[in-house]
Amino acid sequence: MSATRVSLTDWLRGSAVYRSIVRHGTADTNRNRSLVIFENLFLHVHPVKVREKTLRFSHTYWLGGVTLVSSLVLIATGILLMFYYHPSVPQAYRDMKELNYVVDNGLFLRNLHRWAAHLMVFAAFLHMLRVFYHRAYRPPRQFNWVIGVVLLIVTLFLSYTGYLLPWDQLAFWGVSVGTNMAKEAPLVGEKIRFLLLGGNVVSENALLRFYVLHCVVLPVAFLLFLSVHIWRVRKDGGVQGPPSDTNDPRGEEAP
Amino acid sequence: MSATPELHAVESTDPLAVPRRVALVRPDTRPAVRRIEERYVMTFPHLIVREVILFQVVVIALSLVAVFFDAPLEGIANPIETPNPAKAPWYFLGLQELLHYFPPIVAGVLLPALVVLSLAVIPYARINLTAGPLWSRGGKSTALALAAVTAALFILFGAFGCWPIAVPTLLTAGAMFAARGGATGGRLRRALARVTLPEWIMTWFVVIATLLTVIGTFFRGPGWTLVWPWSGTI
Repeated sequence: MSATRVSLTDWLRGSAVYRSIVRHGTADTNRNRSLVIFENLFLHVHPVKVREKTLRFSHTYWLGGVTLVSSLVLIATGILLMFYYHPSVPQAYRDMKELNYVVDNGLFLRNLHRWAAHLMVFAAFLHMLRVFYHRAYRPPRQFNWVIGVVLLIVTLFLSYTGYLLPWDQLAFWGVSVGTNMAKEAPLVGEKIRFLLLGGNVVSENALLRFYVLHCVVLPVAFLLFLSVHIWRVRKDGGVQGPPSDTNDPRGEEAP
Repeated sequence: MSATPELHAVESTDPLAVPRRVALVRPDTRPAVRRIEERYVMTFPHLIVREVILFQVVVIALSLVAVFFDAPLEGIANPIETPNPAKAPWYFLGLQELLHYFPPIVAGVLLPALVVLSLAVIPYARINLTAGPLWSRGGKSTALALAAVTAALFILFGAFGCWPIAVPTLLTAGAMFAARGGATGGRLRRALARVTLPEWIMTWFVVIATLLTVIGTFFRGPGWTLVWPWSGTI
C-alpha cells in the first residue's frame, strides 16, 4: 500500500502540470533546495543559505515572526468578520450579537481576532526592545529601525480603529477618551479630531471612517511598510542577533 | 619577480562606518580569501521548517486562548451614559494615567510626541552607536551629571505628584550608581557594570511605561481613584 502511495506522489511530482507550476524536483539535493527558495516569489525574501547561529532561539526570540504570524491571523479572521459586519448604527452592534449567538463559530472568530490583535501589539513592543538591547539598529540597519517605529505606530492605529467597530460601551468610551487627547494638540488638534471623527463627537460618521481606516487604509499602509521592513532585513545580511562581545561597542558585524 | 610587500588588514574602528569586506589578493597566489568562521545552512529546510513550526505554535496558542476566553462585549454604545471609569485600550492606559498628573497638552501631545521622536532617532544618535559601559572611564563627571539629572527629574516629576515616574527615576539612578566599580564585584554587579548609558535610559523608560500601564489598567477605579484590582470597580 505504502509503495503505491509513494509512486503516486512521484507520478504527481513528475507530471507535466505539476512541473509547470513547481519547476524543480523533490528537495533532496542542495541544488533543488536552493531552487525551492529562489524560484518562489514569497520564499525568495530569504537567501538560499542562512548563518546557522541566526536559527538559535536566543538570537531573535522569533519576536518579529510572532508579530508577523499574528498579523496574518488578523488578516484572515478580519476578512471573515467583514462578511458579517455593517459599519452603521445600530447594525454594527447587532452584528456583534449575531456573531456571538447566531453565526457558526462566530464567537470563536471574533475571539481569535481580538486576542491576535493584543498579541500583535505586545509582540511588536517586545520585538522593538529585543532589537534595541541587541543593538541591531546600527549601520547599515538604521533606516529599518525607523520603518519599524512607523510599523509600530500603524499597528497601534490599526488596533485602535478596530476598537470602535463593535460599537459597545467599551468601544465608544475608549475611543472618546483617546480622541479627546488628540484635541489638545495645539492649532491642528481640533481639526485632526474633526477629520478623524467626521464630526465633533464619536458618531455614526466616526464608525464609518474608522471602518475604512481599519479595513483599507491602514492595512495597505501596513503591508507596504512591512514589505520594505522584511526586504531590508534580507538586504542588510539577515537578522542581527546579540553583539558577540558586550564590551565591544562595535559588536558583531553583518556578513 | 619582485617580492610583494606585506599586506595588513586594517580594521576600521569607526562604528558609524557601513561594514564592508575588502579582499586583498596577491598577484601570484590564488584568490582564496580567509574562510569566514561561520557555518551556513540551507534555508530550506532549516529555516523554513522553523518558520512553519512558529506559525503553527502561534496559531494553536491563539486558538486555545480564543476557545477559553471570550472577547468582551458590553451594552450598545450610549453617548449619554458615561461609564466610570472610562478607559482607553490597555496600550494607551499609560498615557491616560499621565493625564491624571499633567495638563492634557503635556500628557496627550508633548510626551507621546517626545517618545516617538526619541525612538525614531535612536540609530542616528551617536551615543547609541559608540557608547561603552557607563562607568568605563572611572567617571567623576559622569557621577556628578547623573546625580544632577536625577535630582532635576525627581523634583520635576515630584512637583506634579507623579510618583510612578519620580520613584523609578530614583531607583534607576540607584542601580546605575551600584554598577560603578562593579566590574570586580559579584555576578549581578558585573552584569550591571557592562550596561551602557542608552541601555540605562531605555530600561528606565520601559520600567516607567510598564508601571503606568499596570496602574492605569488594574489600579484605577471610579473618578480615576486608586483601587485594588479585586475591588470589582476597575
